[in-house]
Amino acid sequence: MQPVSATDKAPMMSLRGITKQFAGVEVLRDVDLDLYPGEIHALLGENGAGKSTFSKIIAGVHRPTRGTITLNSERVEISNPLAAQRLGITLIHQEPISFPDLSIAENLVMGRTEGSLLKRVTWGEMTRDANRLMNLLDIRIDVTKPMRGLSIADQQMVEIARALASDSRLIIMDEPTASLTPKETAILFRIVRRLRDEGRTIIFISHRLEEVRALCDRVTIFRDGNRVTTDTIQSLTDTDIIRLMIGRPLQDYMHKQGTTIGDVALEARNLTLPGTFEDISFTVRKGEIVGLGGLVGAGRTDVAKAIFGIAPAQSGRVLINGQDVQIRDPSDAIALKLAFVPEDRAIAGIFRSLSVEQNITAAVPDQIAPSGFIRRSLEKGIAEAQVTRMSIRLASQRQPIGELSGGNQQKAILARWLLTDPEVLILDEPTRGIDIGVKAEFYDMIGALAASGRAILLISSELPELLALCDRILVMSEGRLTANILRAEATQEAIMFAAVPKTTRQIEGVA
Amino acid sequence: MTPVGSPKPVDALDSAGQQPTATVSAPQSGREFAPARPIWQVLLIRPETVTLALLIGAIIVGSQLSRFFLDISYILESSTLYSEYSIVALMLTLVIISGEIDLSPASMMALSACVFASVFQAGAPIWLAILASFACGLAMGAFNAILVIGFRLPSIIVTIGTLTLYRGLAQVLAGDRSISHFPDWFVGIDYREILDVPVPVILFTVAAIIVGLFLGMTIPGRQIYQIGTNEIAARHAGIRVQRIKAGLFVGMGLVASLAGLITASRLASVRYDMATGGELQMVLMVMLGGTYIFGGRGTILGTFLASWLLVIIATGMTVANIVVTSQLIVMGVLLITSIIATNAIYARSQR
Repeated sequence: MQPVSATDKAPMMSLRGITKQFAGVEVLRDVDLDLYPGEIHALLGENGAGKSTFSKIIAGVHRPTRGTITLNSERVEISNPLAAQRLGITLIHQEPISFPDLSIAENLVMGRTEGSLLKRVTWGEMTRDANRLMNLLDIRIDVTKPMRGLSIADQQMVEIARALASDSRLIIMDEPTASLTPKETAILFRIVRRLRDEGRTIIFISHRLEEVRALCDRVTIFRDGNRVTTDTIQSLTDTDIIRLMIGRPLQDYMHKQGTTIGDVALEARNLTLPGTFEDISFTVRKGEIVGLGGLVGAGRTDVAKAIFGIAPAQSGRVLINGQDVQIRDPSDAIALKLAFVPEDRAIAGIFRSLSVEQNITAAVPDQIAPSGFIRRSLEKGIAEAQVTRMSIRLASQRQPIGELSGGNQQKAILARWLLTDPEVLILDEPTRGIDIGVKAEFYDMIGALAASGRAILLISSELPELLALCDRILVMSEGRLTANILRAEATQEAIMFAAVPKTTRQIEGVA
Repeated sequence: MTPVGSPKPVDALDSAGQQPTATVSAPQSGREFAPARPIWQVLLIRPETVTLALLIGAIIVGSQLSRFFLDISYILESSTLYSEYSIVALMLTLVIISGEIDLSPASMMALSACVFASVFQAGAPIWLAILASFACGLAMGAFNAILVIGFRLPSIIVTIGTLTLYRGLAQVLAGDRSISHFPDWFVGIDYREILDVPVPVILFTVAAIIVGLFLGMTIPGRQIYQIGTNEIAARHAGIRVQRIKAGLFVGMGLVASLAGLITASRLASVRYDMATGGELQMVLMVMLGGTYIFGGRGTILGTFLASWLLVIIATGMTVANIVVTSQLIVMGVLLITSIIATNAIYARSQR
C-alpha cells in the first residue's frame, strides 16, 4: 500500500518534449513526465492550463505537435483512441460516452471485438465475461440491462470495467468525482486503490484538493501549458499547490482607467435554475466591470444565459435600472439594451458561411432596413465603420466570416453587439483562443466601454484577466456564488480558494 | 415587459473606437484571414450556376430533337402542367433554406381543393368555397407548425405524417368520386392568356418575383438564411426563430391551397388523389435550383430556373417520344446529380 517513490522502478511511460498547438496557439510546451507502474498521479492546474490536452495526447485523442512517448522502453505513436486502447491506455471521461441503448455487457466489449467481420457474437459468453469483470470490481449490476438509466457513478464503473477488460495498464480519469455522491466516491476510491496495488498506473484529474490528497501518490501541476512541478503529495501543502497553479507574476495590463461608477444597471436577485445554479444575487453598476470567476462547469455561463433569456431561470428576479423585467427571449434582452457575447463563438456567435457584413449587422435589422427593405449602402457603411473602429483584418467585407482568424471573428461579434448600443454587456470568455496581441486590444476596448458608462459582467477563467480589468470579482462554485471580492482585496489565491469546491463530504480512508 | 427607464444616449461609436487602433500589433502567428476569392470562383459557387448551365444544355439538346421544340408557345403551354408545383416550390425553397422541410404540400393541395369542392357542392357561393379552401390551408400549415415548433419534432417526420393524414382526410371528405361542375369562369385557367402567356405561368412568374424580393431584400428573408446557417447563433442575435419558422409552415399551407385551386381550375374537377406524389417534384425543383438540403443556402432564382429546366426536359422527352414511365428515371438521376453537385460545390467553398 505504500506509495511508490519515483525511483524504485523503471517508468512505464515516459513523455519527452510534448508540445501541442491548436491553430497556431501553443497550449502545451515541452512537457516531460515519467509515469511509474503502481502509482496514482494527479494532474492539477487552472482551466486551460493544459492538463486535459496532455491526457488526451496520452489517450490518442490528440496528436502532439512535437515530442516523443516511450511505453515500456519502446517508442510509440498513439495515433487514435483505438491505438491507445491496444497499447493498454484507457481514458475515462467525466461523463462517460457510451451507447445508451445497448446492454452493459455489449458496452463492455465495444471496441475490442476482434476477428472477422462476420464472426458470430456469442451472447452467452459475452454476458459471462461481463459478469466476471463486474464481480472483479465488486459491483452488482445486471449486465443485460441497457446503459440508459444507470447513474453516472455506475456508468463510470462500467467504463472502469471496460478498462480492465482490455487489461489497461494506464487509466486516465478526467474529473471522475464531479457528479458522484460521497458514498459513490468512496467506492470509486477503493477500486482505484486496488487497481494501483495491482501495478496499474492511474492518472487522476480533479479540482478537489482534498480528494487528491486522499488518493494520489504524486502530483504534477500545469500552468499556461507548462509543467511547473512534479512532486509527492506529502511534500506540498495546499497553499503551495494553489500558488504553483496560478503563480505567474501579475502581468501589468492594468487598462482600467479610473471611471466614475454610477447607479445599479443590472441586478439579479435569487436567480435559481435547479440543478444548474441556485440563489444567485448580484449587482453591476454603470461604469463598473464585474468579473465572474470560477471553474468550468460552475454555472457561470448558465447564469449569463438565464439573464439574457436563452435559458431563463426558474425563479428569482432580474432588474434593469432598478425596474423588474421579464426576459423570456434574447430579443427581449436586446430591447432592454442588454448584449451577450457568448463563450462559444462557432456555436452561438458566428454565421460561418455568411458575409462579415451580415454577421456584423445581424442584431440591428432596423438600422440597415429602415423602410423594411435592406439598403445595401447602409449595410455596407455600417459594417465598414465597425471594421475600421475595431480594426478587423479581412480581405473583403463580403467574404464569409469563417475565413477570418478567431480574434477577428470575435471582434466582429463584439462589433455586432456594440451596434445595438447596449447599456449592459455580458462577455463570456471574450478572449478565449485569441492571440496575446489581440487580447490587449480587447482589454482596451472593454476598459473604454466601461469608461463610457456601460455596465460590464465579464466571465473569465483567466485570473490575471479578472484581476487586471475588474472593479469587483464574483466567484461561483458548484452553482453558487461563493465570493464577492473587491478590487483592493482581490488576489489569485482568494479567487482560487473560492472557486475550488469545498467538499463537506467525508472521504473514506483519508490517508 | 419593457421598463420605462430613460436610457441616456451613450456615445456608442466613439469611446471604444479611439484607442484600439493604437495598440494594434502585427499578427503574431498564422494568417488573419483567407484571401478574397477571384470573381470566376464567386460566380461558380453561386447556387444557380449549375442550374443555368443545365437549362442551356437542355434547350440545345431539345432543339436537336425536334424543331417544334423552339416553339415558345408550345413550351409555355406544356409548362402550365408544372405551374402549380412550381409555385409551391418557391415557398418550399424558403422552408428548406431555414433548415426545415415540408413534405405535405401535395396532400395539402388535395385536402384544401376537396374542401373547396365540397363546400361549393353543398350550395355555398364560390367565393365562400375559395375562402374555405384557404382557411383549410391555414389550418393545415398551422398544425405542421405546432408539431414542428411547439413540440420540437423533426419536420421531416412530422410532414411525412401529415402528408398521409391530409391525404386520408381528403379521401374521407370526397370519397372516390370526382367533384366537378364548377362555374365556367372558374374552369380552364391554363387556357386563359395575357399577352399570349397562360395565366398560371404569369402567376408563377409574379410569385417568383415577390418571393425573391422578400427573400433577398427584407429582414425576415435575411433572417431565414441566418436561421438556416446557425440556428443557435440566430437565437442569440435576437432573431425570433420560432416565429419565422411558424410563418413559413403556415405560408406553405396557404400557397398549397392556392396551388390546389389552380389545379382544380385546370382539371375542372377535384378528386382526393390530386397531385399525388407532387411533393417529390417540388423537392426536385428546389434541389435542382441549388438550394442546400441542410439549410442556409439557396435562391429563388435557382428554383425558378430549375422549374423551367424540368419543363424543358419533360417536354423534350415527350417530343422525343420517351414514354412517361422512363421519364421518372431521368428525374431521379437529375435529383441525385443536383444534390451531389451542390454538396460538392459547398464543401469546396467552405474550405
